[in-house]
Amino acid sequence: MAGIEATVPARARRPADLIGRILENPHALGVLMVTPAVLILAIFLAYPFGLGVWLGFTNATIGQAGHFVGLGNFRYLLGDSVFRLAVLNTILYAASAVVCKLLLGMLLALLVNREFRGKRIVRAIMLLPWIVPTSLSALVFYWIYDPTFSVITWALRRIGLAHGFINYLGDPNLARASLIAANIWRGIPFFAIGLLAGLQTVSTTLYEAAEIDGAGPWQKFWFVTWPLLLPLTVVVTVFSTIMTVGDFQLIWIITRGGPANATHLFGTLAYQRAIQGGFIGEGAAISAFVLPVLVGAVLVSFHYLRRE
Amino acid sequence: MRRSALTTALTFTLPLGTFLGLLLFPFYWMLVTAVRPNKELYNLSLNQLWTLHPTWQHFQKLLFATHFAPWLGNTMVIAVGATTVALSCSVLAAYAVQRLRFRGSGVLGVAIFLSYLVPPVILFIPLARIINELGLWDRPAALILTYPTFLIPFATWLLMGYFRSIPAELEDCARVDGATRIQVLRHITLPLALPGILSALIFSFTLSWNEYLYALVFLSSTGAKTIPVGLATELITGDVFQWGPLMAGALLGSVPVALIYSFFVEHYVAGLTGALKE
Repeated sequence: MAGIEATVPARARRPADLIGRILENPHALGVLMVTPAVLILAIFLAYPFGLGVWLGFTNATIGQAGHFVGLGNFRYLLGDSVFRLAVLNTILYAASAVVCKLLLGMLLALLVNREFRGKRIVRAIMLLPWIVPTSLSALVFYWIYDPTFSVITWALRRIGLAHGFINYLGDPNLARASLIAANIWRGIPFFAIGLLAGLQTVSTTLYEAAEIDGAGPWQKFWFVTWPLLLPLTVVVTVFSTIMTVGDFQLIWIITRGGPANATHLFGTLAYQRAIQGGFIGEGAAISAFVLPVLVGAVLVSFHYLRRE
Repeated sequence: MRRSALTTALTFTLPLGTFLGLLLFPFYWMLVTAVRPNKELYNLSLNQLWTLHPTWQHFQKLLFATHFAPWLGNTMVIAVGATTVALSCSVLAAYAVQRLRFRGSGVLGVAIFLSYLVPPVILFIPLARIINELGLWDRPAALILTYPTFLIPFATWLLMGYFRSIPAELEDCARVDGATRIQVLRHITLPLALPGILSALIFSFTLSWNEYLYALVFLSSTGAKTIPVGLATELITGDVFQWGPLMAGALLGSVPVALIYSFFVEHYVAGLTGALKE
């Protein structure tokens, strides 16, 4: 306390000039202090958000503002087999990856929540897949999925489980599975560390009470851990769902949406159509399909925020 | 209750070991490939999991025959710039929303939380047009100004939690002693919120360092790119894959964030879980 008091001039004057008065008024000072953040978010987030929705209803191309075409882009997209496949891909990708990440992340969180030697270092290194740039780990996966020099194929051949070569990214279903695996790898640490934080707040007396009542490990998890962890689980899952549906870099680096447009998500297809193809309006309409997911996620998180 | 060694091995050591093995294998693979000479790299009869004659040739090629050095510089400038912009804005905004309780601060707090959820895939197409109209195409400023759109919501949200944990009585005492609001912020609140600011700082830096989509869209010339984009677009040329230099680049591009992370693990975890729990 003494140190803090010493740093503040004991008899600081209350400034009487106009600027001084503004800086003392909580409303004026508050507005002043949030202005830089609000300006940046308004220009580079809110405005493009609105502009994006508007562009989805236009036939804008690169270099041309375009004009309003109503639901034209959306009608066209619904009849476009590549887009329809992208919708199915997104559902498959997000659903399977999020469920696996949740299950495996929970399992990992439960494992490292125990007391053991090297606990700190294990908790630190398990976060690495989430820390390093995803584009760079995507390159490693691209290399691991190489049709000729894949280390997985090499290992499978070595132990006699495979004989020929496996073209991981050449077959649509295999390519989807490979991408989902890479996404799960990257996302497990996020779930694990988030859920671990929740696990640490669960009082051990609850487990002791459950044990006295004769609960086994599975019952302790199901009747004590799970209900207490549910709100945090929902937050982590909602957040991860948005990020997975909005994924771009893993897909773009590993398959570019291929083979033959079989692994596109909304983001990669929108990039291909708008930035590479120049059809801004159509690309914006594709991006807009992420919005329902976003709105759903916002409603879920508000529901849980309000309950707390 | 004593557990047998076998039970522990089956329910703990084995699953945890499997997890760590799978989570760390890609890094091992990155390292082993980066130092493996081409003769060994493309010879399947050799043991793929080990490099017999480690070499620096891929690193040399990466550093002297590609644009890796300028990419590294660009990435650094952009990450530092975006972090500086985002943190200055976030510290002020978080303090104002959390402590000053001005008219509309509640609504603003919720709005910032909501903007945290908007994924870049929704924004990159209209943003490309805005960047173009502002004349920022192919310039670091394009990213220094757009990265804060996902850094500010995150950092503000995180800092609001930290400011909330600082007792208001400390500020009141200083006010009674005659300190202005700015003095209170500078001399009392900011020093106490330093751990939170550090968390926000390293998080923002890492997120900027790792960003891919905006960098891919807004930068086009080879020399202007960042590491994540440059490696994936310039070193994969047609059917000729330069796996050695690619993995060397992936390794070098990961090292800065991994280093920062290793020094500040606790802040990192606190930042991540703090943002989740708020």
